[in-house]
Amino acid sequence: MATHSEHSSTNRRDFLYVATGAVGAVGAASVVWPLINQLNPDASTLALASIEFDVSSIPEGQSVTITWRGLPVFVRHRTAAEIEEARAVPLSDLKDPETDEQRTKPGHEQWLIMIANCTHLGCIPVGEAGDFDGWFCPCHGSHYDSAGRIRRGPAPLNLVVPPYEFVSDTLVQIG
Amino acid sequence: MSEHSTYTPGTAVEKWLDDRLPVVRFAKEHLMDFPTPKNLNYWWTFGAILVMCLGVQIVTGVILAMHYTPNVGLAFDSVEHIRRDVNGGRIIQAVHAVGASMFFVALYIHMFRGLFYGSYKAPREIIWILGVLIFILTVATAFMGYILPWGQMSFWGATVISNIFSAIPLIGENIKQLVLGGFAVGNPTLNRFFSLHYLLPFVIAAIVALHIWALHVPGNNNPIGVEVKDGRDTVPFHPYYTMKDLFAMVLFMIPFAWFVFFAPDILGHPDNYIMANSQVTPAHIVPEWYLLPFYTILRAIDFNILFIDSKLGGVIAMGGALVMLLIVPWLDTGKVRSGTFRPVFKWFFALFTINFVALTYLGAQPAEGIYVVLAKVCTAIYFLYFLVVLPVLSRIEVTKPLPTSISESVLGKANA
Repeated sequence: MATHSEHSSTNRRDFLYVATGAVGAVGAASVVWPLINQLNPDASTLALASIEFDVSSIPEGQSVTITWRGLPVFVRHRTAAEIEEARAVPLSDLKDPETDEQRTKPGHEQWLIMIANCTHLGCIPVGEAGDFDGWFCPCHGSHYDSAGRIRRGPAPLNLVVPPYEFVSDTLVQIG
Repeated sequence: MSEHSTYTPGTAVEKWLDDRLPVVRFAKEHLMDFPTPKNLNYWWTFGAILVMCLGVQIVTGVILAMHYTPNVGLAFDSVEHIRRDVNGGRIIQAVHAVGASMFFVALYIHMFRGLFYGSYKAPREIIWILGVLIFILTVATAFMGYILPWGQMSFWGATVISNIFSAIPLIGENIKQLVLGGFAVGNPTLNRFFSLHYLLPFVIAAIVALHIWALHVPGNNNPIGVEVKDGRDTVPFHPYYTMKDLFAMVLFMIPFAWFVFFAPDILGHPDNYIMANSQVTPAHIVPEWYLLPFYTILRAIDFNILFIDSKLGGVIAMGGALVMLLIVPWLDTGKVRSGTFRPVFKWFFALFTINFVALTYLGAQPAEGIYVVLAKVCTAIYFLYFLVVLPVLSRIEVTKPLPTSISESVLGKANA
């Protein structure tokens, strides 16, 4: 008799404790989540997701920096020599192997469009600098080549190519 | 050691209060009668100096918040407004900015004192760990505070540090956006950092209370590292150490005041007097001097280690540098606390201290040439000290004989 009631009541209690605890945890999590989620980018930030830019005003060998989603973006009109140099690099020399063709659009190889933040810690690299005729990040010494690929220094990845397409011969839509 | 109260309520009012909320008894036990080793040197005054620093930052900070505007369009101008228009604002702002640096001067001295005299050893591990937590929170608070003037260094410092989060595999980019509230540092970032910069000092104050509570269980360590044996080894905290601490505070305030009155900007960076611009990186991003040792460790790792890329590696190394401090009580297991009685340890400690200064220096140098190599060497020395030197020394070092008591060591010195 004693063992029976002890046994069954213990089980029943355990179940109620666990069930109450589980419901309480789910409830607490559902209250906490909105309090954390409010930190995420808001609607007004997300609304700036897509821009158009006319590249025809950039002469060969020049670049401009534009803003997309609050980030600086390089648009560079590369010289033939720069393209040649980028293509001549064997993939085995690269820390983050990508061909020059993978980083540009077919028929528009002279245009190199990249997010201008160093993939290390986000500084803006200096153009036409460094040991590989591309970009050099002064903050922590990352060198990028003329296709914006990481060649030396602490950055792990090539400069990021944002999603974009040429809507006409000279008009680019980024985002 | 907390049962040394000699408090007897004098009046009926005091008795009435003591039966209900014994604050007076508590203050007498812990702030006045607390038995304190009688051989504490001036390195032990930095705890009290730090309490003063935290107080100064909170008081000046609350005042600055009355005149500051956390908005990307207005923040930079509002700081200039404080410096030019607000009554006494020039001095109050300077005290807050210089105060951050002085806070870290005292904090580093306090920590190095603990490392030399073995104050982290049993039974004081929790005191030490709470202290490291206070250090980490103070770093976070100072970092967020540096964003608020919204100058070029504010913006790019925030960009560099928030990119640390993006090193986390898979979810890093999402966490970074969660922290920044956007794709890059912007108005949401400034707003939340202001909110947290106001909150964290009070969290720090709460942990300071725990730190002192934990200290008052075993009582103070002391320069010979021999535990208090009886009443002859101690003096009451008041008036002996209240006066000594006050005197040290006055001395500490001399350089503090010199900076405030004669060189309020010398510890900052001229680039921070240019308003933040997301399109232009300053040629040379340098964090505030007190973050430089850890910044050097962050950027020393510029090579991949197995499957860990250089960026994540740097972040792990920087985090690891702090973890070393958290676990040092279990790395240095030697019974002798004080470095005074450890002839070999002394030299390694001196090397560690010089190395830490070198790490600070290297953090301010450009990442090129010999500096890159030296940064790697100094980072290696930092970790070797904790992971190899301390565990090995605590096993093989032949220590000098310890005095039998604090009292004996004090009297011995007097006779010599």
